[in-house]
Amino acid sequence: MILDGKFGKYGGVFVPELLIPALEELERAFLKFKDDKKFNEELEYYLREFAGRPTPLYHARNLSEKLGCKIYLKREDLLHTGAHKINNTLGQGLLAKYMGKTRLIAETGAGQHGIATAVIGSLLQIPTEVYMGSEDVERQKLNVFRMELSGAKVIPVENGSKTLKDAINDAFRDWVSSADTTHYLIGSTMGPHPYPMMVKHFQKVIGKETKADILEKEGKLPDAVIACVGGGSNSMGIFSEFIDDKEVNLIGAEGGGEGLDGKHGATISAGTEGILHGSLSFVLQNDHGQIAEAHSISAGLDYPGVGPEHAFLSSEGRAEYYPVTNEEALRGFKLLSEYEGILPALESSHAVGMAEKYARKNKGKTIVINLSGRGDKDVDILAKLMGVNL
Amino acid sequence: MNIETYEDVFNRLKARKEGALIPFIVAGDPDFETSIKIVKTFVENGADALEIGFPFSDPVADGPTVQLADIRALNSGMTTKRGFEFIRSVRKFTDIPIGILTYYNLIYKMGLDEFYKTAKESGANAILAADLPPEEAKDALEVAEKHGVQQIFMAAQTTSNERLQEILEMCSGFLYVVAVMGITGARDELKISTVELIERIKAHSEIPIAVGFGISRPEHVREVITAGADGAIVASAILNIITENLNNKEKVLQKIGKFCKELKEATKVNL
Repeated sequence: MILDGKFGKYGGVFVPELLIPALEELERAFLKFKDDKKFNEELEYYLREFAGRPTPLYHARNLSEKLGCKIYLKREDLLHTGAHKINNTLGQGLLAKYMGKTRLIAETGAGQHGIATAVIGSLLQIPTEVYMGSEDVERQKLNVFRMELSGAKVIPVENGSKTLKDAINDAFRDWVSSADTTHYLIGSTMGPHPYPMMVKHFQKVIGKETKADILEKEGKLPDAVIACVGGGSNSMGIFSEFIDDKEVNLIGAEGGGEGLDGKHGATISAGTEGILHGSLSFVLQNDHGQIAEAHSISAGLDYPGVGPEHAFLSSEGRAEYYPVTNEEALRGFKLLSEYEGILPALESSHAVGMAEKYARKNKGKTIVINLSGRGDKDVDILAKLMGVNL
Repeated sequence: MNIETYEDVFNRLKARKEGALIPFIVAGDPDFETSIKIVKTFVENGADALEIGFPFSDPVADGPTVQLADIRALNSGMTTKRGFEFIRSVRKFTDIPIGILTYYNLIYKMGLDEFYKTAKESGANAILAADLPPEEAKDALEVAEKHGVQQIFMAAQTTSNERLQEILEMCSGFLYVVAVMGITGARDELKISTVELIERIKAHSEIPIAVGFGISRPEHVREVITAGADGAIVASAILNIITENLNNKEKVLQKIGKFCKELKEATKVNL
C-alpha cells in the first residue's frame, strides 16, 4: 500500500492476503483519479444533474422555537434515492468504471446504500449484486423491490445474525474470489484502507456545502454539528469540514437501542477496541473477542463496528459520541414531522433526538443537524410501532 | 515434552521423499471432548503436524464449512482460554508441530503478549491470523520472537514477487500457500496456477511450503506434493465429515481415520 490508512492507531488493512492486491489496485486508482480533472467533472455533473446537489441548508424555524436554539437542517434527505449514500456510490461507481471493473457488489442494512448502488449500477450500466442479511430482507421488503426494479440482484445472507455485519462478511468473501472483475462498493467510512479515506472524500461535499451556506446565512460557524453514526459516513462527511474549527462541537448520535444496559448499537459509547471488517476501531464484542450483535430501531445503525476515523476523533476528544435510544429517536422523528413537515429516516431521527438533548442544556446556540435521509422507507416500521394498519 | 519443530518434521519427511499431512480442526467442534478425539484420530492415522482453529464469529476468509464449524465450537462454549486448554490436552498425546489458526481480533482482545506467551506455554509452535497481513504484523512479530513462537503468513496467486519476498522475510515455520482465488472450502479440482505458484515460491526461498484451501482429495495432496510443496493442509473436507455425521460421533472418528490414512498415503509421492 502507498499509505498506511491509519488515523492515529486506528484503521489499517486487516484482511486476508488474497485481498491485498485488490486494495492496492483500488488505492492506486483512487489516489490517481481523486485529483483527475475529467473524473471530477464527470462526478460533479452526476452529483448536480442526477443526484440533486447542492442540497439546501434549511433554517427550521418552528423546531428552533420549540427547542430554544437556532436549528439548521442539511437536507441530504432531498437527494435522489433519499439519502446521502448516493454521494459515495456515484464516486465509487465512477471510479469502478474508470478502473474497468465490470461488476459491482455492495452490502446493505436498511437498504439505502443498496438502493444507491443499484441505481448507480443502472446509471453506469454495470451489473450489480447486493448482499443483505435475510432478516433485513424481511424488514425492508420495499427496498429490496426497489433494488430489483433498478436491475440489481439482491442476495439474502443466512449466516450469523442475518443482518448488516453478515452481509459485509459475505460481500468480502465474494470479493476475495472476484476482485479482478469486481469492485466492492462499501457504503460507509469503515472497512480496510483505502475505504475509510475514500468514502470520507466522496462525502466531504456535505461539509463543504454546509460550511459555505452557514457562513453566508449566519456570518459565523455553528456551535454544534450533529449527525447520526452507524458506520459513520454522513457524520464524517459533515464533520470533515469542521475538524480544524475547534470552536465547533462535533457530536455523533449512536444507536442507543434499548439503552446501554439492554440491546444497542452504540459502538464508541459502549464498545472496546477491536478488529472487524478490515480495520482497528471500536467494536461491540464479548470478553473473548467474539463480535456481538448490535441492535437499533434503525437498520442503518444496527452495526457492531464504526469507522476508524471516528474512533480516532473520539480518542482525541475532538468529537463526542452519545447513545440515543430508540425512544429518543422516535421522539426526534415526531418532532421533525410535526413541527417542520419533514419525515426523517430513523437513522437521522437519532441526530434530531440528540439535538433535542443538546438544546435542553445549551439554549440559544446555533446547531446544524445533518438530515442524512428521508423516512419514507421507515413508515411501515413506524406504523407497526404506533399500532396503525396501513 | 519434546515438541518437534516444523523444520524437524519437514527435513525428516524430505529424507523419506514424503510430504507432510497437516489436517485442520476447529477446537471445540462439535464439542471439546469429541474434537480432542478427532485430533487423536489424526495423529493415529498419519498426521505430521496439526492446524488448530480458534473459532471467530466473523471469519471472512472462510467458507460456509469452516464457518459452521466455528459456530458449533462457539455454541459448545469454546473461548480463547479454552482453546489453549485444548492445545495442552493435545500435547498430552503428541509431539508433532501445532499451528494455531485464527483471526486477529481474538489475539488483540486477549493482548498480544498474553496470547503468544500462553500459546507457547500450552505447547503451540506457530500462529497464523487469517486477517493479519505483513503490513500490520510488526507488533505480532515482536511478541512472537520474544516468546519463541513462529509466525506464519499466507501467499496467494495474486501475491507479486516483490511482496512475496517481503512475506518470506517475516515468515517462519512454513509458508501457507493459498491454492484458490477465494475462501476456504472443498473443491473438485486443483488449478494449474497453484502448481505455478508453488514453483514460483520455490524459486525464491528455501522455507517449507504447505498448501491449503480447497485441498480435499488424496489426488490433490499428491498433486501439490509432486509439484514441490512440503505439505498439504486439509480442512473443509474433514469438517464436512463432522457436519454430515453430527448424530454419530463414532462414525465421525471412523470416517476421519480412514480419510486421513488415504491422505497420508498420497503424500508418499515416490512410493
